[in-house]
Amino acid sequence: MSDTGPAGKRTPLYEEHVAGGARMIDFAGFRMPVEYTGILEEHKAVRSAAGLFDLSHMGEIRVGGPGAAAFLDWAVTNRVADMEPGQARYALLCRPDGGIVDDVVIYRRAGDFLVVVNAANIAKDFQWLEQLRRGLPAEGGPQLAPGDVELEDLSDETALIAIQGPRSQEILARLTGAPLGSVGSFRFIEDSVDGHAAIISRTGYTGEDGFELYVKPEAAVPLWRALLQAGKDMGLVPVGLGARDTLRLEMRFPLYGNDIDETTTPLEAGLGFAVKLDKESFVGKDALLKQQAEGVARRLVGFRMVGRGIPRHGYPLFAGEREIGHVTSGSPSPSLGEPIGMGYVKAEYASPGQELAVGIRGKPVACQVIKGRFVRPAK
Amino acid sequence: MYPEDLRYSKQHEWVRQEGSRVRVGITHFAQNELGDVVFVDLPQEGSILQAGEAFAVVESVKAVSDIYAPVSGRVVEVNQELADRPELINQDPYGAGWIAVLEMENPAELEDLLDADGYRALVES
Repeated sequence: MSDTGPAGKRTPLYEEHVAGGARMIDFAGFRMPVEYTGILEEHKAVRSAAGLFDLSHMGEIRVGGPGAAAFLDWAVTNRVADMEPGQARYALLCRPDGGIVDDVVIYRRAGDFLVVVNAANIAKDFQWLEQLRRGLPAEGGPQLAPGDVELEDLSDETALIAIQGPRSQEILARLTGAPLGSVGSFRFIEDSVDGHAAIISRTGYTGEDGFELYVKPEAAVPLWRALLQAGKDMGLVPVGLGARDTLRLEMRFPLYGNDIDETTTPLEAGLGFAVKLDKESFVGKDALLKQQAEGVARRLVGFRMVGRGIPRHGYPLFAGEREIGHVTSGSPSPSLGEPIGMGYVKAEYASPGQELAVGIRGKPVACQVIKGRFVRPAK
Repeated sequence: MYPEDLRYSKQHEWVRQEGSRVRVGITHFAQNELGDVVFVDLPQEGSILQAGEAFAVVESVKAVSDIYAPVSGRVVEVNQELADRPELINQDPYGAGWIAVLEMENPAELEDLLDADGYRALVES
């Protein structure tokens, strides 16, 4: 297959995707593979064996300097100050009004931090952090000078390959002597894989066990090929963004731009676990404290379809005749064999078991709010 | 990929003339572009359609795609099997994956559709 679409930015693995027969689409300014053999098949491979993902479009911002820990502890909602080297943590960058600038994963290394951000938000996040840095010392914030914090956008110098699925460790172990078994969830080590220096991180966006490998761009192609070869007899297949989306939706992981954005807050989105309101200060704290005290007016819920139809981003949600929200993500669930979705609804309609309807092409189709994830995560 | 006995619309539907009726489906190219078809919203039997009017919806995992009536007419049969087995559209787009049969209002409209060579030129350009 050839790629005849518009010319977006390319990851180092672009040629591998095209040669591998992937269907390419534009995503966040990049030409990315949406599927190789089919979303359903790729999805099932990740749940039952393993899948390989090119996530090199994602951004990496290095935060260094003597004030790095205190600065990030103030810039994001989760706690950073107590992180140990080798630890990764999910967090949100919020505006002072509580709106979400981005959802990120922060890696604490021995001498600095890496903030891994969504591809569409790389420039925005960097500018946001840079603005916060320049505003130091901030009122009510850490008593640091701008020079105490270094920011560097390493996105173009970093490739990211994820291997996800129950057989990930077994496959990766064929290419590295690193002690994978001792790397716990949301932990990482710096070692080598097939001779390439890599951050080996036990993280992911699928709900399965797996690893994310941060490497130099020039290592991406040889590593991609070596991994596919190593995992061939164990069912490892390349996976596109289509299955990445269905995998994360089954886990109810939000997708920035769909389920969360600057008009939604972490409390509305059910991300309170990543908001430490007992921290002395952080950007957005006052607004979120107020929202918590007053109670949120709407909540992001997961729902399964009772009637026939597939919910999609933007469709209205109804309680009886009354429009009470809208769908933010929806898709068939390959694991369950039925359509599922997420959406914001007025808080009084957010309880598990609540019967609602999705407006699909002008017709109400019954759905029901669920509790927890659609699919049980591994381990 | 593009059978010679069919006529094709620029919106990637095919029609097979069966007397005063036409059987309608989507082309190999269309099903391949969509990917795994997981849901088909079928028209009501008896509906009256104008050529170019959306009359069915085919959904893949990622995409929602309207299907347009290649000619005007009345829906006289729909492929109910697609309700349970939408994947037939991928597996056999010109056979078991047909969507509906229309009683034509104006058979001259068939002349407005492409033949196999014309359609091939469209999708391979």
